[in-house]
Amino acid sequence: MALELFLEGDPIADTKAPTDVPIGERWSERKFRGKLVNPANRRKMTIIVVGTGLAGGAAAATLAEAGYKVKSFWFQDSPRRAHSIAAQGGINAAKNYRNDGDSVHRLFYDTVKGGDFRSREDNVHRLAEISTQIIDQCVAQGVPFAREYGGLLDNRSFGGAQVSRTFYARGQTGQQLLIGAYQAFERQVAAGNIETHSRTEMLDLVVVDGKARGIVVRDLVTGEVTTHVADVVVLGTGGYSNVYYLSTNAKGSNTTAIWRAHKRGAYFANPCYTQIHPTCIPVSGDYQSKLTLMSESLRNDGRVWVPKERGDSRPPQDIPEDERDYYLERKYPAFGNLVPRDIASRQAKNVCDEGRGVGPGGLGVYLDFAEAIQRLGRKAVEAKYGNLFDMYARITGEDPYSAPMRIYPAVHYTMGGLWVDYDLQSTIPGLFVIGEANFSDHGANRLGASALMQGLSDGYFVLPNTITDYLSAGPFEKVPADHPAIVEAEAGVKAQVEKFLSINGTRTVASFHRELGRLVWDYCGMERTAEGLRKALDRIPELRKEFWTNVKVAGDAHTFNQNLEHAARVADFIELAELMCIDALHREESCGGHFRAESQTPEGEALRNDEEFAYVAAWGWTPEGEPPVLHREALEYEYVHLAQRSYK
Amino acid sequence: MQLTLRVWRQPSPQVKGKMANYHLTDVSEDMSFLEMLDVLNEQLILDGEDPIAFDHDCREGICGSCGLMINGIAHGPEQTTTCQLHMRSFSDGDTIDIEPWRSGGFPVVKDLVVDRSAFDRIISAGGFISAPTGTAPDAHATPVPKVDADAAFDAATCIGCGACVAACPNGSAMLFTAAKVTHLGLLPQGQPERDSRVVKMVAQQDAEDFGGCTNIGECSAVCPKGISMETISRLNHDLLGALRANAVPAS
Repeated sequence: MALELFLEGDPIADTKAPTDVPIGERWSERKFRGKLVNPANRRKMTIIVVGTGLAGGAAAATLAEAGYKVKSFWFQDSPRRAHSIAAQGGINAAKNYRNDGDSVHRLFYDTVKGGDFRSREDNVHRLAEISTQIIDQCVAQGVPFAREYGGLLDNRSFGGAQVSRTFYARGQTGQQLLIGAYQAFERQVAAGNIETHSRTEMLDLVVVDGKARGIVVRDLVTGEVTTHVADVVVLGTGGYSNVYYLSTNAKGSNTTAIWRAHKRGAYFANPCYTQIHPTCIPVSGDYQSKLTLMSESLRNDGRVWVPKERGDSRPPQDIPEDERDYYLERKYPAFGNLVPRDIASRQAKNVCDEGRGVGPGGLGVYLDFAEAIQRLGRKAVEAKYGNLFDMYARITGEDPYSAPMRIYPAVHYTMGGLWVDYDLQSTIPGLFVIGEANFSDHGANRLGASALMQGLSDGYFVLPNTITDYLSAGPFEKVPADHPAIVEAEAGVKAQVEKFLSINGTRTVASFHRELGRLVWDYCGMERTAEGLRKALDRIPELRKEFWTNVKVAGDAHTFNQNLEHAARVADFIELAELMCIDALHREESCGGHFRAESQTPEGEALRNDEEFAYVAAWGWTPEGEPPVLHREALEYEYVHLAQRSYK
Repeated sequence: MQLTLRVWRQPSPQVKGKMANYHLTDVSEDMSFLEMLDVLNEQLILDGEDPIAFDHDCREGICGSCGLMINGIAHGPEQTTTCQLHMRSFSDGDTIDIEPWRSGGFPVVKDLVVDRSAFDRIISAGGFISAPTGTAPDAHATPVPKVDADAAFDAATCIGCGACVAACPNGSAMLFTAAKVTHLGLLPQGQPERDSRVVKMVAQQDAEDFGGCTNIGECSAVCPKGISMETISRLNHDLLGALRANAVPAS
């Protein structure tokens, strides 16, 4: 098929992981083989870090501690606001404090399997190794993890695992970890090692002689467009779930930094791998601006069910036990309510498609705590999940202690992102990508409590150790302010701003964003078909054209203008959406969060096709109207045997 | 429901601001307060007017970006963040006053957006534990009594929204500073810098344009995370101890 969809490019491969030693030795071997930068030379080098979430904040702090000059940029008003702060449930680590059979190898195995065998073994093993150091680091910083009466750390279980390895701080783990990184960051600001650029958005990457050497930014308060140069650029700018308009991401989360780097030559890997989180509060109306997640930790004690009969409109309390279908417990007795997210989400969709959904529009399933409240007592449930129950009550106006919650899946995380090698370097030398912004560790599905682990692993421990190999050749020749690459990039950014303000059409930016989101959700969401994806691929270019001729952007270029910020982000989401659909269409198999209806087992589970699709799809950008170029990175499984995932 | 909104409009810090009136129909009670403003802004854009600027991001009550004075109360009638306030807290026909945080320490950027970078500078002055990456002992090396860990957590839930400052008749940032002093001061890892931390943070707070604390308690009453006034007692206790011990900030 697909010949008109994309062009076949050269294959691509990671060359940095030392595969000549066993997997457990590769990370330390890589650190040994990589070149270092001596402390006196570090002071001569400037590192740009964009984003201040777990990955960006941790990296900026750690690199500044090491002695580099760090310049940090973020679009919010404070580095403490990045969306990592909203992560609720916890962070995995192979500490085996529970003595329940956990190990680095088991976390590695669970993560590769959970990712449905579409991640790189070397990266995942390193992540599992580093996981234990992260907990040590965070405790030393004063992160107030949950503790037991003996004063030691508490753990809980998360989806896709049969051990309790998740460390948590009530339902606010992301907040506490981010505040830890933020405090380390602010300590370096005080020490003069980090130069800060608040309310500043990266709008282009400056590439000189094939190397990433700087970024073009817009000051969101004054509208001023400037360029910052450095020896190396690091992007920790998060994921792109907001391409769906409605997602659990913060309103400002966007793809712009990585998309513009993509347009400068960084390959975009697996864009169609998106995670739909099974436990979110259902949509209540057209005005809805975002969706709110209810932590996966709730599935430790909550039981998911729908009525056995379709169209059963009785209130949940009036439906007797034997007329309820606890479908996850029924279909997956081994993992029950704790099956991985992709499976829980799709099963919720299936029961709703069967007409057994609950709540307005039939788009919801129950998450019931009656049994837990009876078993543990209301107080214990309150202590564990109180803030989540309060949040639910506030948003819906219903009391989850007396009636079950209604939940429905929502877009939550994007496993895809810029392609990076083992060193976290993109296909543009000198451009490193960390955290959710890269594609590296989660394959086709991320396990719960692994995003925080990866963000901090990349930021605190991986990047600061791998970036030295690149920087050892520096400091690089100075880039003058009038360099053609800078002049061209700045002019492009300014021209785009002017263009937005001059169109003066009849539709708002938000109306385009909503339409795009609906399109991607319908055709590139929980279930994808060739027919649907082709429909989306017909419609997206039309929408793009309409956007660029009929959008209405308020205000001017020289003041604080949130509408203008949104316009630039939506323009990039439209382009990304097209690549996502091409990626989803070309991958004629189901894997993890990518479920192609044409490829399923007789029981309706995702059916992989390892013969043809055991590779990373790394896409090269081409101008509008030309098909993108596919570069395949073959995935090999030396340590975890390829198998059909089973959670039964 | 139908609403009349009276909103503070100020194009830039240099220009004097004023209240402007807007009428909104078809407001659903399930809307969040910010979604109600989104709807108004969509209308303003289509009418060729400048939409109302307000800070917001996560819209689930944790990032601390949003914060409006609603009818004179920081974050409005419920004790939560503005993004978690829903229109079911209002009635058909209501007139609602919407203003930015007002304090010398929080200059207005535009309309309802203020500059809260003073908070970052207070943290930068000492709101951390010095533990460079890679230096940590095993996480179980030092047990922390659960009561201390829980109390530290309660203080650590501060989201840095600034409602405490906005609500305070003195425009004081004491609850914010005290929450961090309490969080870190209750943990064994926070002890070595406990004296210098409180002295430096209070000095920075005073250097910003915040007022003094006179223990009025409006701060805690509006705090979306319910940070307790006890943190202020702890700060005063620690500060007194530190000053007695001559923990003068290293310049």
